[in-house]
Amino acid sequence: MLFLILFTSLLLGGAYALMAMGLTLQYGVARIMNLSIGETLVGAAFAAFWLQTQAQVGPLWGLLVITPAAFVLNWLIYRHLLTPLVRRAKNRGMLEVDSILATFGLLFILQGVMLALFGGNYYSYSYFSEPVELFGHTFALNRIVAFAVAAAVALALYLGLNRTRTGTAVRAVSVDPVAAGLVAIDVARTSALAFAIGGALTACGGALLSMFLTFNASMGVVFTTKALIIVIMGGVGDPRGAVIAALLLALAETTVATLVDPGLTLAATYGLFVLILLFRPQGIMGRRTA
Amino acid sequence: MNTREVLIMAASGLLLAGLACLPLADEGFWLTLGISLAGYVAMSTAWALFSGPTSYVSLATAAFFGTGAYVVVNLGETAPWPVVLVVAAVCGALLALLAGMATLRLTGVHFVIFTFGLAELIRQLVTWYQTNIGGAVGQYVFVDISSAQIYWQLLALCGLVFLAGWAINRSRLGLALRVIGDDETVAAHSGINTARVKLLLFCISGAFIAVVGAVLAPRWTYIEPSIAFNSMISFQVVIMALLGGSRRLWGPLVGVIPFTVLYELISGHFPNHTHLLLGTAFLLIVYFLPQGVAGRIEQLRLRRTHRETHAARSPATLGETAR
Amino acid sequence: MSNHLLLSIAGLTKVFGGLVAVNQISFDIQAGEVVGLLGPNGSGKTTLMNLISGALRPTQGSVTLEGRRLTGLPPHRIAATGVARTFQLVRVLPSLSALENVMVGAVFGPDQVSPGAARAVARSVLERVGLGGREHLHPAEMTYIDQKRIELARALAADPRILLLDEWLAGLNPTELQTGIELIRSLQAEGRTVLMVEHVMDAIRSLCDRCVVMSAGSKLAEGTPAEVLANPDVIRAYLGDDHA
Repeated sequence: MLFLILFTSLLLGGAYALMAMGLTLQYGVARIMNLSIGETLVGAAFAAFWLQTQAQVGPLWGLLVITPAAFVLNWLIYRHLLTPLVRRAKNRGMLEVDSILATFGLLFILQGVMLALFGGNYYSYSYFSEPVELFGHTFALNRIVAFAVAAAVALALYLGLNRTRTGTAVRAVSVDPVAAGLVAIDVARTSALAFAIGGALTACGGALLSMFLTFNASMGVVFTTKALIIVIMGGVGDPRGAVIAALLLALAETTVATLVDPGLTLAATYGLFVLILLFRPQGIMGRRTA
Repeated sequence: MNTREVLIMAASGLLLAGLACLPLADEGFWLTLGISLAGYVAMSTAWALFSGPTSYVSLATAAFFGTGAYVVVNLGETAPWPVVLVVAAVCGALLALLAGMATLRLTGVHFVIFTFGLAELIRQLVTWYQTNIGGAVGQYVFVDISSAQIYWQLLALCGLVFLAGWAINRSRLGLALRVIGDDETVAAHSGINTARVKLLLFCISGAFIAVVGAVLAPRWTYIEPSIAFNSMISFQVVIMALLGGSRRLWGPLVGVIPFTVLYELISGHFPNHTHLLLGTAFLLIVYFLPQGVAGRIEQLRLRRTHRETHAARSPATLGETAR
Repeated sequence: MSNHLLLSIAGLTKVFGGLVAVNQISFDIQAGEVVGLLGPNGSGKTTLMNLISGALRPTQGSVTLEGRRLTGLPPHRIAATGVARTFQLVRVLPSLSALENVMVGAVFGPDQVSPGAARAVARSVLERVGLGGREHLHPAEMTYIDQKRIELARALAADPRILLLDEWLAGLNPTELQTGIELIRSLQAEGRTVLMVEHVMDAIRSLCDRCVVMSAGSKLAEGTPAEVLANPDVIRAYLGDDHA
């Protein structure tokens, strides 16, 4: 039982981690608290569904379309919708309130478009759904494939952030945008890049989740809540924290769903959140600021 | 109280009395619209009592509203109505106290995130309780109250919220809130217990919203968690308050009327497009009306008086420079 | 000058990660004294002010005001005991008028003056700092020195036991500086106790009864302005070895 719970949460945590890393880049680097991230995720799930059922392109190949498309879309959103807010904000608090309200706008518009296209029904499709025997337990192959892809993407991101010039610039802006500007880093461009990568990661997570979860047009908010809680738990701006927190959250959810009741997963999430707020508000990997 | 305030009070009293006559004229469409307007005015004004000066965007409205409605589900048939309303207010305040204690000493973002999922959390908990312990999901509400009575109660509640807001603005509490909204560090170093002030206001705001939920509950006759804890209410209230302007007591009122009418129209004719309306409204506020209609009016007025005083003052200023 | 011990700082230490910003600082302030806190940039002066006012919690050591331990109290409780401060980068409340800005000090200060009475207090304090007749302007309509005056007035309106001024004279032009020095001197004359972080040497020479010099987080010297400014260690800390 213990093994089953651990392994199931690990498989689920992979996709959560991608989404949370996406949000932590958008919030920690580009300073945008993106409350429409769940809609990005669900949008990508619908795109994967459409590609699989209408265009006969499987979600793994679909990722090659969905991820770049999300990158471009998020780049445009940052450049045209959010940059004016960044420019006019006198301080971080103002930008936070403005970005929260603007992304609420995006949330409802994206949700409205998806409702118009797909209605309120639940969707799912079958892909790699054959069972696999692992250590005496049965798992669906699609969950394992999704986890493997998520792990590969997360590793690529980690290397990209830590081994490349651009990655260093991204991390520098995350620590201090003003100081980063002083050492000739183009803060506006780096922020846009981080926001776009964040969107792409989230979309990637959404396409992977769609392989084994049923979804509908108004589910985004649930994922946004999870992503937000993971990011706060992990420590804003730290992708490693996001991974650890995503796995913890998946573990809490799976444990409660298996042992208590599947209807109480959100309660488990909130329980974890409250513990973090009370005892370590700066997050697991976060630095305590003065 | 100065003469101007007495006049405003008298005018508001007359206006309320006039509005209270509505059910005598019409019991159908207009009364329904009146109920919905009065409910949203009370909620968005109560929302702005806390969120206006502090800039903490609260999405807990649906949670308070649903809590109030569920107090009616559980007590409506057994307890006298005034007791039911008081219990609803207390429950709303308690919920605000719990949510606030976990988040209000932290940043605004922690607070938004916590309230973002709060209604959904409570909905899940209530559903879980009802399926596993309480018997059935969803219950009938049998309270003998007419639509006109609901409308009157909501009007009275609006009056009460405005009175509370007015009293707060004149008190130490109101000044403390304005200081917190401007600069929390200065507030703390001037001797303001910032966490306690925020918590207190959040509780007052939550109590009022819970009472609105309780008053409106009998209109449904059948209540289930997804109706009572509908997170759309939270977003609508935020939009209305911000559209009108959340830094003035009368601001939300200005936002409620056009938005409610538009929302009723769109949900009547194009039920699938309410999301697009909400989204557009948010973007409109952020990009074109960041201070709301009230803030915009104030800005224009300030600019005008400024121009006048400058015209009047310029000789004096010259004199000062010469000295 | 009534000579009794007002504020006592003992072994105060603040560590940020691996950096010791304030290291075992101890000194006393008598009631009615104006004490200067000196030191090169980054020597920990503002951190020390923040430790006294409660913006930061010390890692070690204690702050005592007339025998009452302030260490570890939140800023609003410390303010209530009669510690008022100004900030290094001027912090006025933009949406409040000058009068309301100053009222805040009286209403929430140790005396908890009622809003009505606080108006009168604020008016007289504004008069005192040279802003009489400009009560209804908003900070945005005022010059830098006037904003600094508002900030000082806000602190004074609390009628504090001790006033912490963090580079209150910085950034003023020569004329304004003279006015500023006069203002602080008048506070001294009425018996206020002041701890001021300052770089302006003229001000230190003419105002301070005593100075504490910090360098790299530690106390380097303590004494009258003339004594400490002649101290070779102090000269070395400011100007380097060649000048000592």
